[in-house]
Amino acid sequence: MSVVSPIREHLVTGGKTYHDVTEDICRHVEAKPTKEWKIAFAISVLVLLYGGGWVLWTWWEGLGVWGLNKTVGWAWDITNFVWWVGIGHAGTLISAILLLFRQKWRTSINRAAEAMTIFAVLCAASFILMHMGRPWLAYWALPLPNTFGSLWVNFNSPLVWDVFAISTYFSVSCLFWFIGLIPDLATIRDRATGVRKTIYGALSLGWTGGARTWARYEDVSLILAGLSTPLVLSVHTIVSFDFATSVIPGWHTTIFPPYFVAGAIFSGFAMVQNLMLVTRVVYKLEDYITLEHISLMNKIITLTGSIVGVAYITEFFIAAYSGVEYEKYAFINRATGPLWWSYFGMMFCNVMSPQVFWFKKLRENIVVSFVIAVVVNIGMWFERFVIIVTSLHRDYLPSSWTYFTPRMGDIGDYLFSFGFFFTCFFLFSKFLPVINMAEVKSVLKSSSEKKSNH
Amino acid sequence: MTDKKYIVGIFNDEDVVMDAVQKIRSKGIKIHEVFCPYPVHGLDHALGYERPRMGIPAFLFGITGTCLAFLLTFWTLGVDWPMNIGGKNFFPFPTNIPIVFELTVLLAAFGMSFTFFFMEGLGPSVKPIIFDIRSTDDKFAMAIDLNKNTVSDSEITAFLSEIGAEEVNVKEV
Repeated sequence: MSVVSPIREHLVTGGKTYHDVTEDICRHVEAKPTKEWKIAFAISVLVLLYGGGWVLWTWWEGLGVWGLNKTVGWAWDITNFVWWVGIGHAGTLISAILLLFRQKWRTSINRAAEAMTIFAVLCAASFILMHMGRPWLAYWALPLPNTFGSLWVNFNSPLVWDVFAISTYFSVSCLFWFIGLIPDLATIRDRATGVRKTIYGALSLGWTGGARTWARYEDVSLILAGLSTPLVLSVHTIVSFDFATSVIPGWHTTIFPPYFVAGAIFSGFAMVQNLMLVTRVVYKLEDYITLEHISLMNKIITLTGSIVGVAYITEFFIAAYSGVEYEKYAFINRATGPLWWSYFGMMFCNVMSPQVFWFKKLRENIVVSFVIAVVVNIGMWFERFVIIVTSLHRDYLPSSWTYFTPRMGDIGDYLFSFGFFFTCFFLFSKFLPVINMAEVKSVLKSSSEKKSNH
Repeated sequence: MTDKKYIVGIFNDEDVVMDAVQKIRSKGIKIHEVFCPYPVHGLDHALGYERPRMGIPAFLFGITGTCLAFLLTFWTLGVDWPMNIGGKNFFPFPTNIPIVFELTVLLAAFGMSFTFFFMEGLGPSVKPIIFDIRSTDDKFAMAIDLNKNTVSDSEITAFLSEIGAEEVNVKEV
């Protein structure tokens, strides 16, 4: 039997019964879409189509539609890639790491966070395809013998590690998400009729919820969480290796793996915060995603924001301590060079802004939480931009020093990823339960306002 | 289907169902299964099931993934077409750790999950026997197979009501 400390806030408010949970969450799946949903979905699809046009143009015309030049050969594409992958990490973190730590408050937010992971990883992958120029040859990244001989991919390359890490991460996240969905799909199946019963019936794999199945199911979930935890850490570590194994000053720093992972958690939690704040209002789920949840998320945002802050300062110290002229210049140029504004944006958004959450009033204020979460995501985008572009734009040869200005191709392709992400998220929130009903029911008795027999 | 007859006791609360399981079992009545809307910790133990050991398939599939990934990287870069990359060994093991790790996790996760689906008979075309449709919503349904018990059904029905079942139904499948 679980013991919950009495000083904790209730995880589910409003005196819900098990049946209320089923009703509250299934309602959105079963009812006709609301007007707000239709409008929001239509906007997302329009952005997707507009951005999709730019993606097609990028493939047709080539990477010249981006603002890249001879010196800055990597800019928004890789910035967006790392940004989206980082955002994706929060889903696995919430569902896997918080499961291992037995944090019961995860139950209300893990489903939506995992869905967000999957869509964010797809957005990240889309930038890999875009920057390839010839996306139909993407399979060349797989370990297949070269058509003209038996030359294999180079397994020593971080870019090949990335292929393995991202695709494993995507597949395992989908599996984890689907396994979490099975009992809830069965709930919907048992309430549905007609075609919907057939579809949800097939998706729920004939789940009945027998005690033996549940016991094995919990074992499977726990082991999957145990496998996903090192996996999620490995993915962003490997993404950071794309930079850290190079010889570019500003990139080849050993602090990158932990620093990138902390940044990923930071931006991912901010994105989850944004999505949950909107979802709880639109779907009237204030009793499930309470101020306590928002406050806990804000605490993690402050913690991880401070960790990246320490990492920024450490980088400066190590550059100074290294005694290498180029290394020192790379960092001085970051903060005071022509792209100083992006460095300032990063410092302000990531390190300073989350510090407001030290105050309980602000931590539990919905508007402040939403605004800071947006600011954090802007800051984390700047962080990747700072690392990538400011390290490249002034290289070893001063005559090739240059500036980076994005062109419409960069912006259009970025918009595509937003359109894709929100289109997927709206479809998910319409057709699947946004909160894990079975898990919420399991914490209801020990941690809701309505406690019986205790 | 054969005419199997089950008595289904419907319970409202996890603690009541947990007590009921112990009382029924101590009376020597065999329980077919208890269906719950969410995992009730300790219920499998109360029913006398063995501890789930899904770690075994996870480990076996994982170790297979490790070996396959090691063989893949070793054979391609070390044997089939060795390349001089930065003057390093043809097969520097540390740089292959990421690939080996990812494939270990991939095979362990999918292997274990599909083993679970197979063991529990879960699949997209499965038509489950549902003893009480509310057991995926808010009720706990205890099914007792009459063919496997010697106690009379009226006695079981009475006993179920006594130990807290809200309703007792008969289900033939």
